[in-house]
Amino acid sequence: MVPLSYYLVLSAVLFACGVTGFLIKRNIITIFMSIELMLNAVNLTFVAFAAELRALSGNVFVFFVMVVAAAEAAVGLAIIISVFRTRETLNVDRVNLLKL
Amino acid sequence: MTIGTYILVSIIKIVIAMLVLLTGVAYTTLAERKVVAHIQNRWGPSRVGPFGVWQPLADGLKFIFKEDVTPPFVYRPLYLLAPVLSLTMALTAIAVIPVGPWVSVGSVHTPLQIADVNIGLLVILGLTSIGVYGVALAGWSSNSKYSMLGSLRASAQMVSYEIALGLSLVGVLIYSGSFSLRDIVMAQSGTFLGFIPKWNIFTGQFIAFFIYIMAAYAETNRIPFDLPEAETELVAGYHTEYSSMKFAMFFMAEYANMFTVACLASVLFLGGWLGPVFGPPLLQAVLPVVWFVLKVLAFIFIYIWVRGTLPRFRYDQLMAFGWKFLFPLAIANIMVTALVVALR
Amino acid sequence: MHLVLFLIFGAVCVGAAINLLVQKHPINSALSLIVVMGSLAVLYLLLGAEFVAAVQVIVYAGAVMVLFVFVIMLLNAGEEEVLPHSSRVAIVLGVPGLILGLAVGIWVVARYAGFDRIAIGGPRVLSGSEGFGNPSSVAKLLFRDYLLPFEVTSVLVLIAILGAVVLARREE
Repeated sequence: MVPLSYYLVLSAVLFACGVTGFLIKRNIITIFMSIELMLNAVNLTFVAFAAELRALSGNVFVFFVMVVAAAEAAVGLAIIISVFRTRETLNVDRVNLLKL
Repeated sequence: MTIGTYILVSIIKIVIAMLVLLTGVAYTTLAERKVVAHIQNRWGPSRVGPFGVWQPLADGLKFIFKEDVTPPFVYRPLYLLAPVLSLTMALTAIAVIPVGPWVSVGSVHTPLQIADVNIGLLVILGLTSIGVYGVALAGWSSNSKYSMLGSLRASAQMVSYEIALGLSLVGVLIYSGSFSLRDIVMAQSGTFLGFIPKWNIFTGQFIAFFIYIMAAYAETNRIPFDLPEAETELVAGYHTEYSSMKFAMFFMAEYANMFTVACLASVLFLGGWLGPVFGPPLLQAVLPVVWFVLKVLAFIFIYIWVRGTLPRFRYDQLMAFGWKFLFPLAIANIMVTALVVALR
Repeated sequence: MHLVLFLIFGAVCVGAAINLLVQKHPINSALSLIVVMGSLAVLYLLLGAEFVAAVQVIVYAGAVMVLFVFVIMLLNAGEEEVLPHSSRVAIVLGVPGLILGLAVGIWVVARYAGFDRIAIGGPRVLSGSEGFGNPSSVAKLLFRDYLLPFEVTSVLVLIAILGAVVLARREE
């Protein structure tokens, strides 16, 4: 049916999109969303290998990745809100007071 | 059964379910107006047909012929997407609800359920979670302060009470041992002492039932939790800027959600289609569906009854109730249920 | 059948991921990410992991992304401005280059490691798959072998809640 490598290639493409978004986007929230995209790509790899090797540990690990991603999203967004309150901008290039 | 027969039978079931659901939604609006009217000692719609029976038809025609005004300042893609999202999620939930046992029509042996998946309960929780987007995006795309505030409050309320909703169902899951709604109903068969049925509401999930009811009222934005769409508060909340068919879609989505909640409550706590079955074989095939429909109608009546009777919560009281009372109570219910089941 | 579904939803995934990169307004990117998560849930169903698919929709697409959408709505994030010193050539050449490079690299590795020989979704998975991926087998693993990580993640979530509440509070 569907070879494992197809899932791995899809996961790689999603991961690459996530990395690209992380590098080229200027809006901090979009950067966070690219991080979530990278985590989702990794989840797909885990589930694909779990199906391939008939080992349910892959599924269980996906849970932990999701929990960590949720916790990170919550704290990260709280940080974004407090940065927005002081700097009044969501553009990472403008948060540069520490620059020489 | 072959794949062709399966698809044909599924399509027939979907068409029947959609017809029944949409007619039910329309007549629930009539039932609501009449029951609330009788609570308030007046008649309700009674002109359009005998006992106002054609009122929903008249309302539908009115909605179709009303002018569809799209304000110029809205963010159009999301403005058009939001009611579609709400209605789709509300209507899809009927797919996993079991209405009756397996029946045989001719040579076809099929369950009275569109899709018997082994994660049925999670499918409904997932659809409720996605339904929050309809509300959030409607308010944001409308670009007006009433809509924005109303939708923020409504979606915060829905997300908070989703937690209590999900946790109240865990007690039922521990009893039944499966996420499939059909298995949960079958686990409630049998009776105590010959006449008290072994429904989950009698075998210890009483508190879970009340948590579920209260969380469901908050999820569907009904009184006493309907602050986000109360007319005296925020004009009309998140659907202020919507008119004609799009407003009708939000309206239908709210009543379809009520139906889903009622169906789920009767499946999980009141034993679904289980009830005394007697008589000739044709009656025996129809009677379970009749019991199910009666239970669902009883729930809808309680919904409307509560709407006509109680005042609404203030927003901070509402959030405090969800987080500080229902959530710990649901967790306590899970712990006690798990203890009881483990010690059996 | 599995191949057709995989191709359709894989294409939807990649399309939505590229849409996330291309859109200027963060709310469109958020919606594209929700589409990615939805189609990934379908792919998990194809891989026989139905509980993970349901949790993906309920937790990831239904709670984490709601958080993102709330923050975008609250902060009223406008459209993104491209500052003058970002090179368009680098973006136009580099983005597809990165994606293509990673995809080709994984393809080569997979071919040489022989992952192509075994196909998922074949009869080996379908028969006797009642116990694979359904909630009770995942739960057995989660609460027996992985009990310590489970408890640790609950502490992690508690810390995250406290951190988020403290960080987002207004200084009165």
